[in-house]
Amino acid sequence: MTAARRALPALVLAGLFALQFVLGDYDHTNMARILVLACFAVGYNIAFGMTGLLSLGHAMFFAAGLYGAGFSAELGGVAPPAALAAGTACGLVLALAVGLVALRTSGVAFMIVTLMFAQACFLTILHFNELTRGDEGFVIAETARRFALAGVVLDAADPTVRYNAALALFALAYGAYLALARSRVGRVLVGIRENEDRVRMLGYDPYRYRLFALTLSGALAGLAGAAYALLFAYVGATFATTQYSIYPLLWVLLGGAGTALGPLVGTGVMFVLVDRLSGITSSYLMLVGLALILLVVLFPKGILGTVGQRRARNRS
Amino acid sequence: MIKVTSGLGAGLTRRGALRVGGALAGATALAGVPGYRAWGSDAPIRIGLQVHRTGIGAAYGRWYESTSSAAVAHINANGGIGGRPIEMIVEDDATDPKRGAEVVEKFASEHKVDVVFGTLFSHVVIGSAPRAGELKMPYFVVSEGYHVASGALNRYVFQPGITDVRQQVTSMAPWITGNLGKKIAMIFPDYAFGYDHRDFFSAAAGKLGGEITTLLAIPPTETSYTKFFPQIPAGTEVIYHVMVGPGVLTFVKELGEFFGAGGPKLFGFIDSLEAVDLASPGLEYLEGSHIWEAMPRFADGQPTESALAYREKVGVDANGASVADPKDIATFSHMFGCWETLHVIKAAVEASGYQGADDTAKLIEAVEAMTEFPESLDHPQGRKTFNGKLHQCFGQQFISQVEGGRLKVVHTTAIEDGLYEPEADYTTQAL
Repeated sequence: MTAARRALPALVLAGLFALQFVLGDYDHTNMARILVLACFAVGYNIAFGMTGLLSLGHAMFFAAGLYGAGFSAELGGVAPPAALAAGTACGLVLALAVGLVALRTSGVAFMIVTLMFAQACFLTILHFNELTRGDEGFVIAETARRFALAGVVLDAADPTVRYNAALALFALAYGAYLALARSRVGRVLVGIRENEDRVRMLGYDPYRYRLFALTLSGALAGLAGAAYALLFAYVGATFATTQYSIYPLLWVLLGGAGTALGPLVGTGVMFVLVDRLSGITSSYLMLVGLALILLVVLFPKGILGTVGQRRARNRS
Repeated sequence: MIKVTSGLGAGLTRRGALRVGGALAGATALAGVPGYRAWGSDAPIRIGLQVHRTGIGAAYGRWYESTSSAAVAHINANGGIGGRPIEMIVEDDATDPKRGAEVVEKFASEHKVDVVFGTLFSHVVIGSAPRAGELKMPYFVVSEGYHVASGALNRYVFQPGITDVRQQVTSMAPWITGNLGKKIAMIFPDYAFGYDHRDFFSAAAGKLGGEITTLLAIPPTETSYTKFFPQIPAGTEVIYHVMVGPGVLTFVKELGEFFGAGGPKLFGFIDSLEAVDLASPGLEYLEGSHIWEAMPRFADGQPTESALAYREKVGVDANGASVADPKDIATFSHMFGCWETLHVIKAAVEASGYQGADDTAKLIEAVEAMTEFPESLDHPQGRKTFNGKLHQCFGQQFISQVEGGRLKVVHTTAIEDGLYEPEADYTTQAL
């Protein structure tokens, strides 16, 4: 690994930190939102990009974090850091439970099973409407989003607090991905993605490794959901719909599956596409679709995946 | 984002556009006339319309946008707000709470609007409201939800142009139990909108001696309804139904096939049939049934001067369809809320002397100080009272009967029929 490559994560995080001082109010909030959603995408990337688990149900893990943090903060009166931990734990436990069953399947069957689990979660949220307020959702009060850290009172509604909290969480997810990718476990996960039979022949149990990957992935999705609830004050069943299972897949494919920064790039590009094209025409979804097709044609392995591939080809 | 300083909206017809253009030209010309500017700045008042152009609310959003454009053209042609023209900026929230919050941020931070208005679907309102509060952005919703009056939102959120579901069902319960029957089966969608009907109507009917024979919550994914009907007990006199979405036609058809001519009487909500032609095949079974309307679709249901003038200005014919296309049915029982809300904003800006963002607190307090909106072209749906503590208006409701594919108003409720014990006081929150 070159020195530049080793320094890249620190440079990226420093750049993201510096960005808050140059962005306008609107883009400042948008970037905080992108960083939170990128955590979700990083989690998805561990399951899909690294391990080859194409899940269509990750919205349930995001929603588990969302509701776990929302209930803890709004109903339980728990401070935001503890609510964040509770939400993450909800995502982790749900992913472990779903994984124990769903990972007995693979390929298309795994996609269908995760989709069904996610739909069941969505309907469960609607069913317990008295508690969840179903599709309408509920607001987390401002008072429930304030907390003291080292004697300083922080308010999640404050733009600076929101941005840096989002950045810290993204750094955590990004760091987790890099550490995993460079570890022995990460190499086994990539091996499972590339040739599961060969990994099994080498003496590894793919089921256990896949369960680990899915659980970690669900925990990061839960972390993102919990952060979204606490930073943006809203909890609702919309985030458990299929649409929110498709988004991380799209972000990861767009940015580059199996790349460390691809999820952030994909989330950002997609956000900007929707936001800016909607300012040009009311038929912006058609343009977004066309832009995505173009990107897939020009960058078949995602933006960073294709760039990396071309650089590798040029070096050889 | 589309700027509609000219008042042109996606839903306007070519003829409507010419009218609006003419009105705007007049307004522009007036701007140069001494005396047009009443006081202070003559810079436009910038108003953000958060609209459902895409997603499940698109049918409503199209009419919300065209009604708002017509209202802006009308206000501008009559001197604007305190002498300042309205510049309306439109953003699509995709009927999604996440995007809704982003749109509110965009209005506040990028477009620098003075107020945001127009959101309909409850989940988008609830998802957007926290950001409006944090950004101290006055946020006027046109949603019908009880979420504003419940106290769940914040001091910057108002609903002054349309009544909420709680007062709607409370005000109609006496007529239903007194005229259709006291043994009532409720069929409603298995999500929050349906639960509001379930809870508030059950309570109101219970106080009047009514008996809810069964509560049938239909899952949102359901496409066939016949299997639910045997759960309706014998002796049920009224079926109260609140189904919404594309399954409505199937629901009514299967209801008719199951009960035939001798079934219970039906009472439904126009929400199920907004933008739908009552003469559509499959809706024959609704003949003779009763339906709630917030504002009568057919002109003869409310032939007041202001209602007829409003109808003409928003380009809707006597049958509730676009004047440009008789097959394009309006969302007439909801869209007036945009018209009335813009006139409330106008009144509040003028009453408060609002000049810019520094005067937001004065604007909020001016809205909270309002108590009554007399029936006029500004409020064509009818007289309303306004509870400044709840941030919610109260108004009359209409009960209509389906006759020959048309709706005939048979009862109009009084404002007092829908009043309920307040559960909130937003004025206690800091600005």
